[in-house]
Amino acid sequence: MIVGKTAKTKLSKSSKMKNDKILMKGNIAICEGAIDAGCDAYFGYPITPQNEAPAYMSKKMAELGRVFIQAESEVAAINMVFGAAICGKRAMTSSSSPGISLKQEGISYLAGAELPCVIVNVQRGGPGLGNISGSQGDYFQATKGGGHGDYHIIVLAPYSVKEMYDLTFLAFDLADKYRIPVMILTDGIIGQMMEPVDIGRKSEVGSRKSEKNWKLDGCKGREPRLIRSLFMEEGGLEKHNWHLKEKYDGIKKTEIRYEADFTDDAEVLIVAFGITARICKSAVKKLRQEGLKVGLIRPVTLWPFPEKVISEVASKSKKILVAEMNMGQMVEDVKLAVNGICPVEFLGKPGGAVFSEDEIIQKIKEI
Amino acid sequence: MREEIIIAGSGGQGIMFLGNLLCNVAVSLNKYTTFYPSYGAEMRGGTANCAVIISDDEIGSPVIAEPSILIIMNEQSYNKYLPKWLKSQKGGLLFFNSSLIYSKSSGAIYVPATEIAVKLGDVRSANMVMLGKFIKETKFFSVASVNDIIKKVLENKKNLLEINLSAFTEGAKL
Repeated sequence: MIVGKTAKTKLSKSSKMKNDKILMKGNIAICEGAIDAGCDAYFGYPITPQNEAPAYMSKKMAELGRVFIQAESEVAAINMVFGAAICGKRAMTSSSSPGISLKQEGISYLAGAELPCVIVNVQRGGPGLGNISGSQGDYFQATKGGGHGDYHIIVLAPYSVKEMYDLTFLAFDLADKYRIPVMILTDGIIGQMMEPVDIGRKSEVGSRKSEKNWKLDGCKGREPRLIRSLFMEEGGLEKHNWHLKEKYDGIKKTEIRYEADFTDDAEVLIVAFGITARICKSAVKKLRQEGLKVGLIRPVTLWPFPEKVISEVASKSKKILVAEMNMGQMVEDVKLAVNGICPVEFLGKPGGAVFSEDEIIQKIKEI
Repeated sequence: MREEIIIAGSGGQGIMFLGNLLCNVAVSLNKYTTFYPSYGAEMRGGTANCAVIISDDEIGSPVIAEPSILIIMNEQSYNKYLPKWLKSQKGGLLFFNSSLIYSKSSGAIYVPATEIAVKLGDVRSANMVMLGKFIKETKFFSVASVNDIIKKVLENKKNLLEINLSAFTEGAKL
């Protein structure tokens, strides 16, 4: 993964894979990442297309002597996460779009009380119950605060099975580092697909850097602590919100992640995340072979959004294309970043349908 | 190579298992591969299909728009996929389970997979009969390498190993 600088991708044939790869499903890679990051407790309620995750966790967490609870509802699950997190435990939940909507109140409380946790959204088509195939329709909900109040959570968007592992692992560290909920925003396609991965296992040792000196673990022998999201005293909430703002600014400064391909001389720049970025990446390769100067920026953190690099590349490009599996959500953030330097086109795919490489290629040739 | 294979049938016919197996063989031979399943809410009787891509190069979308190979196990899936196939005019190989597909289409490879599976003693092994014929016709992988993977995948299900291996061997003889 590339942090704040350009990745150079060569056109030559990719090197042969090593044979220590195993076939793994995206949803399982999330679980492996969480387990290796030392997730103490998983709480969830079933929903397609993420059911492999709770099913796998129910077995694995028990084997490891950790906590697995199938809650009575999504609302219960997110509040169980709240309870575990406030005790200083590494906690997570996973669900899919309709279930994530139900969790929003809890997420707002977690953000307000500054509790670290990991929330996985394996997006499906919406609105409402929609369908069970992959979608990117929850970008607004994830990045603009799906719950009430003036808050942000960190949003990570994996684009491969390997990244499902890596970013889930990273999510636990970021959550603890900033005392903030972190969301993995993926979709039913990456969740359901299998591909060979060399997982390159990480260990939680060293990942839990600081003792959580705020956790509620019984105050025998020390002053009682208080964690809350209710600030009734005069000026109390204003002060709290200024404190949150300062924290969010810090995250914006240091945690922006993205991948940039062929952006040095790109005349047309594609901006896409998750599964769409994966499809665009193949399209860009093909277009480059035809001699067209096309580049790709793939935001890995959707919040904080990599606006600076998009603005920099836009200033050298003729046109930008934003492709998303929705009717136009991230495109608004791209337009804010570009701020009129060059035209921004949009290609959307709603209702749980998926782009083909050819559709991207055709659109690029049109514009 | 780049092959985009759609395997379709009904739940219970081992569609996912067949796709999974192909991917596992591809992994063992250092190929890039993706597997993407799609099925109704039912465990048995509903529709089930999966998309398997095997390639020498990195794979973008795991979803297949225009397959290069169709493996169809029942009439319902035949009716769903054949019109799309005919429209795409891309050409390629068609494998049909003639035990359950009564329509005829020229140039397709017909395999009485379910009948053979019943004769061997387990109707559920029709998928392995199909795999045998698929390997024989395409020669993507050697019979030995597929045999090895079947053994590996069914390591913990010894009671199913024998019937799957014999169904595969039978299919490869056709």
